[in-house]
Amino acid sequence: MDNYPVLIVVAPLLAALFSGLAVWIEERLSYPIALTGLAISVFSAFNVLLQVITSGPIQYRMAGWAPPMGIEYRIDLLNAMVLLLVSSIGFLNLVASYKSVKQEIYDRAPSFYIVYLLFMTGLLGVTATGDLFNLYVLIEITSLTSYAMVALGDRDRGPLASLNYVFIGVIGASFYLLGVGYLYMQTGSLNMADVAHILQSHQESSIVLTAFILCIIGLWIKMAFFPMHVWLPNAYSYSPVAFARVVAPLMTKVMVYVMIRLMITVFGLDYIFKSPFLADAVVWLASIAIIFGAVMALAQKNLKKMLAYIIVCEIGYMVGGAWMGNQLGMTGAILHILNDALMTFAMFLAVGNIVYKLKDVELFNLTGLFGKMPWTMAGFVLAAFSIIGVPPTCGFFSKWYLILGAFEKGAYHFAAALVISSLICAVLFFRVFEICFFPPISEDSGHKKSHSPVVMAEAPVSMLIVSGLVSLSLIVVGLYSGTIVNTIIIPFLK
Amino acid sequence: METIISIKPLMAVLVSLLVIPALISSSDKPNVRESWIFVAGTINLLLILSMLPVILAGKQIALTLFEFAPGAAIAFRVDGLGMLFAIVAASLYIVTSIYSIGYMRGLNEHGQTRFVSFFALAISATIGAAFSANLLTLYLFYEILSLATYPLVAHHQDEKSRISGRRYLTFILGTSIALVLPAMIYCYHVTGTLEFSTAGIFADQLSKPAATVLLLMFVFGFAKAGIMPFHTWLPAAMVAPTPVSALLHAVAVVKVGVFSIVRVMTGIFGVDLLADFNLGVVVMSIASVTILTASCIALSQDELKRRLAYSTISQLSYIIFGVALLSPQGQLGGVIHIAMHAFGKITLFFCAGAIFVATGKKYISQMSGLGKKMPFTFAAFFVGALGVIGLPPTGGFYSKWNLILGTLEAEQTIFMLVLLVSSFLNAFYFLPIVYKGFFGKSEEENEGTPVKIQEANLCLVIPLIITAIISIVLFFYPTVFVNLIKVGLGI
Repeated sequence: MDNYPVLIVVAPLLAALFSGLAVWIEERLSYPIALTGLAISVFSAFNVLLQVITSGPIQYRMAGWAPPMGIEYRIDLLNAMVLLLVSSIGFLNLVASYKSVKQEIYDRAPSFYIVYLLFMTGLLGVTATGDLFNLYVLIEITSLTSYAMVALGDRDRGPLASLNYVFIGVIGASFYLLGVGYLYMQTGSLNMADVAHILQSHQESSIVLTAFILCIIGLWIKMAFFPMHVWLPNAYSYSPVAFARVVAPLMTKVMVYVMIRLMITVFGLDYIFKSPFLADAVVWLASIAIIFGAVMALAQKNLKKMLAYIIVCEIGYMVGGAWMGNQLGMTGAILHILNDALMTFAMFLAVGNIVYKLKDVELFNLTGLFGKMPWTMAGFVLAAFSIIGVPPTCGFFSKWYLILGAFEKGAYHFAAALVISSLICAVLFFRVFEICFFPPISEDSGHKKSHSPVVMAEAPVSMLIVSGLVSLSLIVVGLYSGTIVNTIIIPFLK
Repeated sequence: METIISIKPLMAVLVSLLVIPALISSSDKPNVRESWIFVAGTINLLLILSMLPVILAGKQIALTLFEFAPGAAIAFRVDGLGMLFAIVAASLYIVTSIYSIGYMRGLNEHGQTRFVSFFALAISATIGAAFSANLLTLYLFYEILSLATYPLVAHHQDEKSRISGRRYLTFILGTSIALVLPAMIYCYHVTGTLEFSTAGIFADQLSKPAATVLLLMFVFGFAKAGIMPFHTWLPAAMVAPTPVSALLHAVAVVKVGVFSIVRVMTGIFGVDLLADFNLGVVVMSIASVTILTASCIALSQDELKRRLAYSTISQLSYIIFGVALLSPQGQLGGVIHIAMHAFGKITLFFCAGAIFVATGKKYISQMSGLGKKMPFTFAAFFVGALGVIGLPPTGGFYSKWNLILGTLEAEQTIFMLVLLVSSFLNAFYFLPIVYKGFFGKSEEENEGTPVKIQEANLCLVIPLIITAIISIVLFFYPTVFVNLIKVGLGI
């Protein structure tokens, strides 16, 4: 079918519309409609990926309008992979969300599903599009829906976190829009391929340089790259769990994808690495981001906040890898988009299960959790190992490429930052494990052997299955990372 | 060298892993659970032994699972060294499992299913490390082993085990991430491969300073080997139940550390490169410091298990010392000490555990006269002690003999002195325990009560007799192990 590329994006959009309409008939209909929409998305994304691997990039013209006038969807190996990743995570999270939405936002469940679908539409659109202005519109769709979602969460602190997020998000979007404006001024086009072609004769233009810097800064704000990360921890930890589980792994990673897309497809790597100074500065900043994120994570007493700072740290990995200026670093960055999305998702799924049972995730509340929720904690442990970078989980392999890239460039500070952040992650996760492994210190701890039998109290099966599946995928993706690199990333970079 | 592709190494690794679901599902039926362990342990040993004739014939067995970049794969390759280590670990696992039943049930410990499950996982990782074809695979199993043993060390779930568990991970996981990981990736960056080969992987890409730094990162980074100053996790880990101390902290875990260092020296750097840069002496000096210092500290320990732990630290460095001699005789003596020390030291730990279960005594000062109550245990302790000191008629003599010959062969006479002094120290900290055990007087005797034989239960006594007997047998028949090493190192 030729329409798969657009179906990926349109299916959730239509589903949002229909589940909105369906609420008038029967409230319970909105969930199955949402599920169907995303299932179609996953299916189409899978087909598109196969098609791109076998027969090269796909260009899809919206309503048949030819670029540069019409909007074009251009899908190559990179965004085919990201599309499948985004749609699968969106779908799996929806499966796990049924129970947690019921518990957490019981009175507004249908509106949650509608906004959720719009959010997914935005993310998938951002990934699929080949048009710079269309990209802006879709980024705004994702952002606006996230503002709404954050506000839906924690009823005391959610709205404030959301407001903060709106202010910074709008600034980021404005930067990007301004950058696109400058580009349009110079090239008169908005189609990525077209712009890239025209730019080849404007290499020295200061307008292009301004445009580039504005776009990248806009994206950095959106992806929470240090020091533009301040909105992220509160926004992610006060949003409803069902949304945090999807925004944490996807939002920032899709923005990293957009950055890489601009770097490779629009401006071109030769242009970006023409002056070594800029790249060096960014890699230094990335190293600082990594250390800062890790140290801040160590200082947190709440599990969600801790994970939010780990995201800040991981963004440093990807930005640093992308700006390394060699193939190994870029391979690491792209592989890490996939791996980090999966491991953050696995981590937040486990946290979601814990929240479902315990309501809050202050660290000191987690004692004895290995006995109470063994399956959830098994998933948690795997995700943590992946973030630390223990082989054969996938986190190890992207770290491998990133460190190799750093060695090749001679950016030893970046390699050191990666190693230090692994160490800090090891400390902070084992601190959590320790709390969960040891029973609470009771009054009569004099009796050494008086371990009261622990009663199992696991999350619902639907949540457990998803969390187990995603955690296992960390190992599978890790073991097959050679295949992923050889069939997707290296052909893309060639 | 002829290479045979076979799935057997993978099966040997998986068998202990796949039995874990069975262990968990039979957690309320201890006898069923324990029989699963024996089934898996026996299959494991048989699989390993079935590969023995091929290896002894000078061939290798290989299997590549996942190649994720050229020269960096998750792959197995069974050679003489790996075989030697796997046989020791797998056979002692079965013996330890018998012991474990007696110990854990004797003390009515909690969380026994968790205990046996992580134990099985640890064995699986140990076999995996033994059969690793390259540094990446070795690192993978090394890390899995660190993580699998944490719940075993912290088993008691009290304040003391919490602190020990922390120290355990800080040293073992911390050093492997901070030192081994970057060193490994640097090796790959320079050479594009991590495959072990007797000639080493570096052609002439390394300068002497770089090679020195890299080697030291490996030697200290594999902290399971207990090279000072990264040794303090081992005494701390003694809070674990004794089967863990016996198998994991005298054989499996610590020797994976030593084995990794041996692999890096012989398979990554290669003997020639180390000799050219004169790096053998550097490693030998580091090992010597550990040998002597740890022996001295052992003298001052009153808690039996801690004394054994410091003795282990010193003995592990013998192995590294031997390999760093870079002479055939020295390497033979060093590597065979993996086996000889294993049987001797596990016997000693078994005895310590049996004494604790039977009498509740942990401190050496409480143990005078105990030999009359527990004659078998103390006899086995004597044999084990002889093995560690390196006296005939135990296998330990064979490794010491070769080590000393090795120092002469390499013309490192000063280092011979280290071995001799250390042997004296070993005798000083072990033999008085035996002497006082048999000839000292306990409090009851002083009070005039007649002494009756009161051994621990059979599940505890039989294993320690078996390992003691094997220690003696190895003195007379070390041939299989010797041949494995000769095949493995090509000497």
